[in-house]
Parts: sequence; structure tokens; C-alpha cells
Amino acid sequence: MPALLHRPQRSLQHHRANRPAALWLAGGAVLLLAVVSLFIGVSAVSPADLFSGDRDAWTTLLVSRVPRTVAVVLAGVALSIAGFIMQLMARNRFVEPSTVGTVESATAGILVATLFLPGAPIVVKMLIAAVFAMLGTSLFLTVLRRIPLRTTLLVPLVGIMLGGVIAAVTTFFAYRFDLLQTLNTWMIGDFSGLIRGRYELLWIVAVLAVVGYISADRFTVAGMGEEFTTNLGLSYRNTMNLGLVLVSLISAVVVVVVGAIPFLGLIIPNLVSLLIGDNVRRAVPWIAVVGAGFVLACDIIGRVIRFPFEVPVGVIVSVVGSALFITLLVRRNAGAQ
Amino acid sequence: MISIDHVTKRYGATTVVDDVSCRLPGGGVTSIIGPNGAGKSTLLSMMSRLLLPDAGRIEVAGLDVGTTAGQKLARTLSILRQENQLTIRLSVRDLVGFGRFPHNNGRPTPEDRDHIERSLDYLDLTDLGDRFVDELSGGQRQRAFIAMVLAQDTDYILLDEPLNNLDMRHSVDMMRLLRGLADDLGKTVVLVIHDVNFASCYSDEILAMREGALIHQGTPEQIMTPEVLHDIYDVDIQVEQIRGNRIGVYFA
Repeated sequence: MPALLHRPQRSLQHHRANRPAALWLAGGAVLLLAVVSLFIGVSAVSPADLFSGDRDAWTTLLVSRVPRTVAVVLAGVALSIAGFIMQLMARNRFVEPSTVGTVESATAGILVATLFLPGAPIVVKMLIAAVFAMLGTSLFLTVLRRIPLRTTLLVPLVGIMLGGVIAAVTTFFAYRFDLLQTLNTWMIGDFSGLIRGRYELLWIVAVLAVVGYISADRFTVAGMGEEFTTNLGLSYRNTMNLGLVLVSLISAVVVVVVGAIPFLGLIIPNLVSLLIGDNVRRAVPWIAVVGAGFVLACDIIGRVIRFPFEVPVGVIVSVVGSALFITLLVRRNAGAQ
Repeated sequence: MISIDHVTKRYGATTVVDDVSCRLPGGGVTSIIGPNGAGKSTLLSMMSRLLLPDAGRIEVAGLDVGTTAGQKLARTLSILRQENQLTIRLSVRDLVGFGRFPHNNGRPTPEDRDHIERSLDYLDLTDLGDRFVDELSGGQRQRAFIAMVLAQDTDYILLDEPLNNLDMRHSVDMMRLLRGLADDLGKTVVLVIHDVNFASCYSDEILAMREGALIHQGTPEQIMTPEVLHDIYDVDIQVEQIRGNRIGVYFA
């Protein structure tokens, strides 16, 4: 049995984390972070200004700070849930949309849209990105089905290679058409440009996250395999298709509006899995809360670390996330020996 | 009753199950035996709609397995395969709870909770209910999966090599348990099994397959004779009567 599947006993934590009180507490902490996020920025906005009715302060808050904070929370929630659904679909803990080619395909889609339909509204570009994301993800799942020996580490490797190929082709064409700069804005997630009028598309992912939650049990069942799913009277194919649409749409919307935030969908579900297990109905609220909190924290760090300049959130998430993830891996393996 | 009519399954040029027809009575324990590659698991998979036959028709309790809606079938028959590697982290109680899925679509009622607790209790798992499945020993894990199938509460329970990876004690426990499901709860239990002696001691009916064909069907008394066993396995097997059971001796 692979060492990764064997983990130390954590039944006590399991009990504790199950209590709704803990979830509310975590939710409260995220709310606090969101409030802090509202008051960080180059033009000073303080609670006192707001209470004294300072019009400029209110404008900054409503036009820039609130949209940004909402965008951070929505992207954090949705990407974490998308990562989790992807992991259940691939039956592997080490995949997420940016390691299976979904995000790279979405980026390729926007490039195609920009080249051929430069004047199209952003919604159309997003839909084209979503279609590309679905094609790329299906390709990954198809390749996966044909691999006879699906070891724990082979699955993410296949995804990373596939993503690499798609990204290489995209970069080549971006280079040829002098769009490398534009490409970068999609590849590296950044919340700094998100003011009122530029973030609203993200509400779509809120709806998708709710759909993910409602169909949560189906994904848990599908995560137990095709035969298992059939035995319980569910259609495996329909469940996989639903997951494919959810993951691809979420990825496409976030890439178009914010840019890619790698690793997020990998770290958050694994963290929550260690704490409370994978029963989707219980895990999804936790994944949502922890995901939102993590991205909020990273965005705040990115804004204060070189104040008044900003480090893009994608960079911070990658650095903090990979460190966290390596720690996680080492601890898991240590427990198995 | 399970009725199998002229069922055939091919992979490319190889015929894995070759025109098998038989009837299995409702109730009791039926074992399917035969050498490796005889088509036992394939037949079981087709009985449980995990595989579609290339020809023929299978009915379980009057429902055509090929055309009946998945959920309806899931309330009539359950199947447990030998490979049950969970890649996700579930507590034993959650796993068993998923057995209720065909009845409640994931919205558990108090009645479902009753079923879950009774299944856990029947398999002696109540104390382990909150543990994660991946923390259990092989024998405990196998019991957790049986508990899930029990919570599914189907009249027909199909198992593919349930003794795989179990030691002697756990194998005996498992066979007693399956016997109990048939005797105490009135279930129809069908299993694929390698050990002829377990099949002999615990079954009401034995199906013997070889090279895709069903070559014998009968009670343990009818099957456990040197002639029939030689027919199935091509091995000379002496049969002894020990405490009312027929035991094949094939070790030397």
C-alpha cells in the first residue's frame, strides 16, 4: 500500500473539527481578515474617516476596496472547491486545475479569443476559455483512463506534462503575435486591477461553488470509483461531466478576471482533509472558509510587504503554498513510518 | 431468483464467458468456483451490471439488469469487488452511510441512521465508527465495506473474492458472517471464491466454471467428489468427510 494512503490517527481532531462551533469561529476569523483587507491601500481609508462621513474615503471603499475583497474571497472559495472536485474526479490528492492542464487550456482559449475576436465582450472570451478548459481537462481524464498503472505520483506528472505542452504552444503563439505581456496578466493572478465594474463576472463562480456543494455527495461517491458509483445506482459518466463543467468554468472565470493562482486548489483540500476527512458535505464549507482566509492573508501580505508597491497574489500563494505543501507531505510520510 | 440466459462476454478474440445459462434460487449462499481465468468474476460483474454482456440477458428478482434504472437496481442488489482502495478519507460511519445513498440521495433520515447503526453493530464496528477507513486493519476494512453493503439493504448481495487478503481467522469470520446474512436476514448471497473447502463448508449451492463455461452446478455433496473436482481443476483431489463437511485434500 502506498505510504501516502496511510496516515496517523487523528480521530480526536476529527471530532473537534466536526463541531459547527469551530467552523463559525474560522468563519469569524476570515471575516476579520476581510475587514483588515478593506483598510489596506495606498490612499488611506480608516474607520474614523468613514464614521466622519468622508466622501473620498467612502468612494475608495466602495469602488476599490470592497470589490477587491469580495473578489479575493470568491476566487479563494471557488478555486479551493474546484481543486477538491478535481481531486475526487482524478482519484488523486495531488492534482488541481493548474496541474492537469485546465488553467493552461483556459489561457490558450483567451489567447485564441484575443487573436480572432479582439473586439468580443469579456463574457464571450470567458466562454471560449471555458470551452478550451473543458477540452484540456477531458484530454487529461482520457489519458488517465488509458494509463494502466495509476500510481499516486504518476497522475500529477501526467497532468503537469500535459499542461506544459499546452502552455508551450500558447507561449509560442503569444510570442509570434507579440502578446507575451498580455499572456502574463492571465498567468499570474493579481487582484490590484479589480475595481467596481471589473470583478462582477466572479459572482458566476459563487453560483458554481453552490452547485458544487449541492451535488457534493455525488462527487464523494464518484471519488470512490466507477464500480462503487454504479453499485450505489448513480451514473458515473454524468457525475464526471458535471464535475468537468464546474471545474472548467471556475478556472476559466478566475483566469479571465484575476489570472491563475496556482497550488491553491491543491493545498486547501489537503489541509482540510487532514483535519476532518473527505466527506464532501462536511468538508466543502471548511474548504470554502480556509480557502478564502488563505487567499485573503496572501493578498494582504502581498500588499504590505513592499508597501506602497504590490506583489501579485499569485506569487505569494505559490511561495507560501509550496512551503506549506512540502511541510504537509513530509509530516504525512513521517506518520506512515 | 437470479436467472442467466445465454450470456456471453468477449474481449477481442477471447471469449471470457461463453453462453452461460443457469438459475440461482433466492436465499442461501451460492459460491462460484473454478480455476484462474475461468470467467467467474466476469460473470459476477455482469450479474451486477458493472459489465454489459455481449449477448444474453440476466434478471435479478425479475429486474432486467441491462435495462433497469440504476437506482432501482441499487435497492435490489449490491456488489462488493475485491479492490476497494479508497483514495479519499472517510470515517467508517460515513462510508457505511453511503450504503443508504440509493434510498435517500444523500439526505439521511432517522430511519437511515437506524440502518447505519444496526449495520455497524452487526459487524462489530460501533466502536470504530468515527475512525477513518484508512486507519483500519485489512480485516476491519473488509468488514466496513460489508457493513456498507448491509446498510444498502438489498435482497441480493454479490461479492467478488471476499476472502482475498484475509488470514485464516478473518476468512472463517467472514464466511460465518455471510452465512448469517443468508440464515438470519434472509439475504441471497453470491460470491466468487477460490478455496473449494470454504465453498464446500458454507454454501448451499456451488457453480463451477472452466474456460468461460458453466460446467457443473449443484450442492456441495454433488460438487465435492474427486471426479467433478478433477473435471474443474485438472487436479487429483481426494475428498474426505470431516465432521459432516466434505473437504478436498489437494496439497500433496
